[in-house]
Amino acid sequence: MEFINTLVNGLNIGVIYAMIALGYTMVYGIAKMLNFAHGDIIMVGGYTIYVFCAMKAASSPAFFFVAIAMAVIVCTLLGVIVEKVAYKPLRGASPLAVLITAIGVSYLLQSLSQIIFKSATKFVSVPELGKVSIGAVSIKVSTIITLVVSIAVMISLSLFVKYSKTGRAMIAVSEDRGAAQLMGINVNSIITITFAIGSALAALAGLFYLLQSPYIYNTFGAMPGIKAFTAAVIGGIGSIPGAMLGSIVLGMIESICDSIAPIAPYKDAIEFSILIIILLVRPTGILGKKRREKV
Amino acid sequence: MSSFSEKMKKFKWKHYINYIVIGVLTVVFAIISAAGGLKSSSTILLEKIAISIVLAVSLSLVVGFLGELSLGHAGFMCIGAYLGGKVASLLVPVFGNGTVTMLIALFVGGGCAALLGFLVGLPALRLKGDYLAIVTLAFGEIVKVIFQQSKLFGGNLGLSTPNRPNRNTFFIVAFALVLFTLLIIQNLMRSKHGRAITAIRDNEIAARATGINVTKYKLVAFMISAFFAGIAGVMFSYTNSSVQAVKFGYNYSIEILVMVVLGGMGSINGAILSATLITILNEKLRTVLTGDLAVLKDLLYALILIVIVIYNNAPALKGFREKYNFRNLVAKIWHPKNDPSIVKDDAASWDKVPTKIKMDEILSVDLKVGNEFTPDKPSKGDK
Amino acid sequence: MSEYILETKNLGISFGGLKASQNVNLKIKEKQIYGLIGPNGAGKTTVFNMLTGVYLPTEGDFFLCGESLKGLHQEAINRKGIARTFQNIRLFNNMTVVRNVMVGLSNQPEYNCSLFDSFFRLPRHFRVEKAMRERAKEILDIFGLLDERNNLACNLPYGKQRKLEIARALATKPRLLLLDEPAAGMNQSETAELMDTIRLIRDKFDMTILLIEHDMKFVSGLCDEITVLNFGTMLATGTAEEVLRNPEVVRAYLGN
Repeated sequence: MEFINTLVNGLNIGVIYAMIALGYTMVYGIAKMLNFAHGDIIMVGGYTIYVFCAMKAASSPAFFFVAIAMAVIVCTLLGVIVEKVAYKPLRGASPLAVLITAIGVSYLLQSLSQIIFKSATKFVSVPELGKVSIGAVSIKVSTIITLVVSIAVMISLSLFVKYSKTGRAMIAVSEDRGAAQLMGINVNSIITITFAIGSALAALAGLFYLLQSPYIYNTFGAMPGIKAFTAAVIGGIGSIPGAMLGSIVLGMIESICDSIAPIAPYKDAIEFSILIIILLVRPTGILGKKRREKV
Repeated sequence: MSSFSEKMKKFKWKHYINYIVIGVLTVVFAIISAAGGLKSSSTILLEKIAISIVLAVSLSLVVGFLGELSLGHAGFMCIGAYLGGKVASLLVPVFGNGTVTMLIALFVGGGCAALLGFLVGLPALRLKGDYLAIVTLAFGEIVKVIFQQSKLFGGNLGLSTPNRPNRNTFFIVAFALVLFTLLIIQNLMRSKHGRAITAIRDNEIAARATGINVTKYKLVAFMISAFFAGIAGVMFSYTNSSVQAVKFGYNYSIEILVMVVLGGMGSINGAILSATLITILNEKLRTVLTGDLAVLKDLLYALILIVIVIYNNAPALKGFREKYNFRNLVAKIWHPKNDPSIVKDDAASWDKVPTKIKMDEILSVDLKVGNEFTPDKPSKGDK
Repeated sequence: MSEYILETKNLGISFGGLKASQNVNLKIKEKQIYGLIGPNGAGKTTVFNMLTGVYLPTEGDFFLCGESLKGLHQEAINRKGIARTFQNIRLFNNMTVVRNVMVGLSNQPEYNCSLFDSFFRLPRHFRVEKAMRERAKEILDIFGLLDERNNLACNLPYGKQRKLEIARALATKPRLLLLDEPAAGMNQSETAELMDTIRLIRDKFDMTILLIEHDMKFVSGLCDEITVLNFGTMLATGTAEEVLRNPEVVRAYLGN
């Protein structure tokens, strides 16, 4: 039973990572940049939910859905604004410059949140969901919601990318931006859409984290962000199935580490070591494609 | 030829100015301190500045000259602080809290950090850019976690280390170490080895084709950078007389990065200046901005980072930059003949020179489709 | 010692089933200027990339003065004596012209200087630096770049950038120089000047040169021997005249 708990827990962590990792991997594939500020979008989503839950009307569960909707909207807008203001001017500049700017944006969002919401950890009054028992295993309702919603989102995202016109344009841009532009695809708007989708997913990830433990603080998104990026790299950055696979793998590892007391404090170190090993053995990740610099 | 010898004089002056300024300032402060005119808070600030300079200059070797982003500089510092501090506390009963202990501690701290630098350098041989940045970040976090959990080093409570032998004069030692750092890193960059490192940054493929041993130079750059971060860590352990791993997180690495970026990538003097400024600002703002307002400082750094990087790198601002570039302005005043902007116009007109039509480009357009293949077998050159 | 400076034997590479290049047999004699021509996508640069270790050939082998260099790293191949330029110029843009050439010089044994010498600026460091600078100036003088030596490489006009790239390659003291489209983007008079420069290189440095070029006039005026590539294989080899009369070559260029 312990084992099943670990498994379910790992799956739970994994799908949340996947929601974040999808944002990383799509942005990396299409804009060819590592959006370091992605983790902090989760934090913004979390704070949005906090603000709405702190209102009096929040006592009704229906209002909680409004809070979620607002979090998604705010994050989407924020993602698009960040892209337009900070990253777009640097399109065509050196990757190092873009990366440093992204780090700056991450720093900026964290300090802004600290100015607005102060540095103390806040309790978020999310609805109590309780647990259900299946046989001898009891699972939190929040976990079930997380699993169901995430998997639904992942499936629809995969379908969207594969079958919609916009999705195919995304693939085209990620394969060859120049050629896509020549084919009449508006690369700028595709990049904007990518950031919007990634940020909306990050807002959902923020929600799931709050359902697990209803506390929010300034660096709420930093560690999940880095971990999810690790997952995206393990799976093969730029690849959507890779991000999902990598996230589940990482979630499982984390859950297993958590369940073994002596190594639990080292779980971050173990996960990062796995990242380094994978990058050294197979720099493109599990499902990534190899790209060669043209000489 | 007389103008040539004049130039030579100017040349040397430019090379040694930073040693002279730092040396003179240190002597001035030492005299003030000997006269009893320096508050202890001021000596502590001076020590902090020295540590920041060592960190910024050493990071600029990797970020500014080698062109690879390292987000784990605080991790190297952590190694230096813990191991140097541990060795020092073990040696104090043997050699006393004096120069011998400190030298050994510095050597051990720097050396162990350099060893880790070698380990971080290994992935740098295969990975570039974003991947490498994330690996350095991971290394830094791993180091932090290991020291945090290790009973030998005091676990979560941290390690208590010997305090500086003399509160009033330690800043002189610290600045001596700054001068040593400058000596090694500047001399390296002004030698053929430094040229090789810059060549790798400018164009790795061309550097390989020119016979540069990219493996060796990447490792050298990472190791030297880590060595001095380790030295800074040992200094830190002395000034704080305790070491906690939490302090060496990713945020600290970013702060060092801000110093390097603010100073201008690839400029050692810029790194020194911005490290000094930021450290002073940190200290002053700490007293002015209390509580939650303290974060305004971080906000400021974030904005500085974003604005500077966009200003320096945005393709759209290229014309603007060339017009109002500090270096170009100086060059215009000093050597009006070599004005880079004039040459630039020339380059633009070259592009307009009509080129001959290449017949195969018209005839074999369809062949181009097969041009962009991605081989599935790794080639030897990749390793 | 082989009579050929460069000899390739059935050299070829395939990228996941796609044969980018196969059965390339080149035989280049000392002090020859050898042309490699062919339509776009014919695999010319691929041959260069194999010869310089960027790609590992999947078939065949190649020999420099009888010594097989297959499987060596790019830097090792350069040290063995093959230097190259690139189709899209690859200079060290943020370094001055003279330093670009000095980077090329740094591998030669006479300019050997350890890291330790450099850290503490021991006498050897100064000796080596001075010698390198002098040598670099000599090389720049040959290319008429001496006056530009303190400009940044990226600020040079296009034609001079091409020349600087050749100068840098020569600084590594190669036995064989590979030039990838040296005349690309040049006008008539510059092309003529470049032809003179290449001849000068051959005579002054006793250099063997293998070059890729599109311009038939350039190739036929300069090269002692030419190989035509098409679809990765060799179509014809011979003097310019022989090759241009070959019906297969005409067909490859002009279609049926």
